[in-house]
Amino acid sequence: MNNYLLMASDLHLERGGQEILRGVTLEIAAGQVYGLLGRNGSGKSSLAYTLMGCAGYVPQQGRVFFDGQDIIRLSITERARLGLTLAWQEPARFEGLKVQDYLALGMREPSRTRMEEALEAVALSPSTYLNRPVNEALSGGERKRIELAAVYAMRPRLAILDEPDSGIDVLSLDDIGQLIRRMAGEGTSVLLITHRDEMVPVADAAALMCEGEIVRVGDPAEVRRHYAYHCRPCEVAASVEPPGGGYERL
Amino acid sequence: MSDFEAILKAYERSGGDPNFFRSPKVASLVISGNRVLGANQVPGVHIVPEEIEHGVRVKVIVEPEARLDVPAHLCFGVIPAEGVQEILPEFEIGAGAKAEFIAHCTFPNAVKVKHFMEARVHVGKNATMKYNETHYHGETGGVEVIPKAEVTVDEGGRYTSEFALTTGRVGKLDFDYVVDVAARGVAELVVKVYGYGDDVISVKETIRLNGEEARGLAKSRIAVRDQARSEVIGATEGNAPYARGHVDCIEIVRDQAVASAIPVVRVRDNRAQVTHEAAIGTVNKKELETLMARGLDEETAVDVIIRAMLAV
Repeated sequence: MNNYLLMASDLHLERGGQEILRGVTLEIAAGQVYGLLGRNGSGKSSLAYTLMGCAGYVPQQGRVFFDGQDIIRLSITERARLGLTLAWQEPARFEGLKVQDYLALGMREPSRTRMEEALEAVALSPSTYLNRPVNEALSGGERKRIELAAVYAMRPRLAILDEPDSGIDVLSLDDIGQLIRRMAGEGTSVLLITHRDEMVPVADAAALMCEGEIVRVGDPAEVRRHYAYHCRPCEVAASVEPPGGGYERL
Repeated sequence: MSDFEAILKAYERSGGDPNFFRSPKVASLVISGNRVLGANQVPGVHIVPEEIEHGVRVKVIVEPEARLDVPAHLCFGVIPAEGVQEILPEFEIGAGAKAEFIAHCTFPNAVKVKHFMEARVHVGKNATMKYNETHYHGETGGVEVIPKAEVTVDEGGRYTSEFALTTGRVGKLDFDYVVDVAARGVAELVVKVYGYGDDVISVKETIRLNGEEARGLAKSRIAVRDQARSEVIGATEGNAPYARGHVDCIEIVRDQAVASAIPVVRVRDNRAQVTHEAAIGTVNKKELETLMARGLDEETAVDVIIRAMLAV
């Protein structure tokens, strides 16, 4: 069991009378980039919040171990101090907080060099952005990049990146892929959550999530192929499914 | 330690640089209680203080077309634990002049101190006045501060005031500024206060846009926690053609604190436009969790969010 940096087993989460996670089990090895693929509404973000310990996301059942330690009762702060962090799909904005201060918050030893390196890693110019506030004046894409830079600057042991590619133009997807590999190269494991199958090749291992369940685990190319060719939204699958099957529920 | 050194030391603790008061090139004024400990004039600026029973009456005149290369520095304080201080300033900024004032009001040992300021300000035609006032009240909450100002901005003039009380206890604050703005004039009032314990905060900002194309912004950023109370009244009147005004209030509330905001917009000319926005609430959950996911504990994360808001 201790070979995995993160081990989640049989997670069940119910919110508002609806079962969001239905027995999710996930294992991420140290140094691994793990792609979690699934359509919108499949429960990927809820899983991310559950792993991070966000308010309202305490599972009714299941365990989460981080580096062998049961973290299910730990606060977000305690989990972060163990080396776990999350980049939100839609990052928060902070009126009055400059990018450089925001980046420094998560760094054990804040240094300008590391901040500049982090911004450059997400293709933002340090001279333009370090003194800008993390507020509404930033576009969604800029804010997203700054969030990724903050996580990268932090050097976490495991970074959960929730849809890091959303709000980023298609031509820049390679930047995100390179950043993820760079993080892995510096020893950070990554849980890459995405609904874009073209992001999956960056991963070492992958899983497919559907309606709160992990329905497939394995080689990223195989999981991607399965997602691309077999998965349709449930209502589409129901209307086109030939007798004997062909499409999977998703 | 002399009274002069004691007040400068308190000034330094409140975030100011005491060296400005030792420089002959910087216009400055130092008042402790009702005593004038220092006043320095520079070409184009006249500072005429007069000690009165409980404070100081002071006339500050900036000559027309004068330009202050370095902001004038003002220091008001009461060092003993108890006392009353009345500051009655009169600012006359001549036409076309440009002047900036940095004021620090410090009451580091206050147990029962009352600081009362009643200012009259006249910003002449096409003149600019910027007034930044920072308070430090110590940690006991034994201060009552009543800053009041009546400001007149002539045609094309510009008046900017920023009042900050974000370090140490507030005690009781009753802030009341009224600005009348003539044609093409601009007024900007900004108040930032962080209250806790049983602090009581009252902020009234009134901007009357009386001239054509006059513009005004009444902005407040307030944070309260524990049992603190705050009430903000931001009022802007559009009384002339093409006047443009805005009231902008954000308050963060924690614990058992209570905050209220009353934006008042009044338009007397159908070509004028005045808008307002007010938001009161607790710290945004996503902002909080984002900072906690960087390793900050909840208390520190809240403080970072509040201080960032107050920095705007």
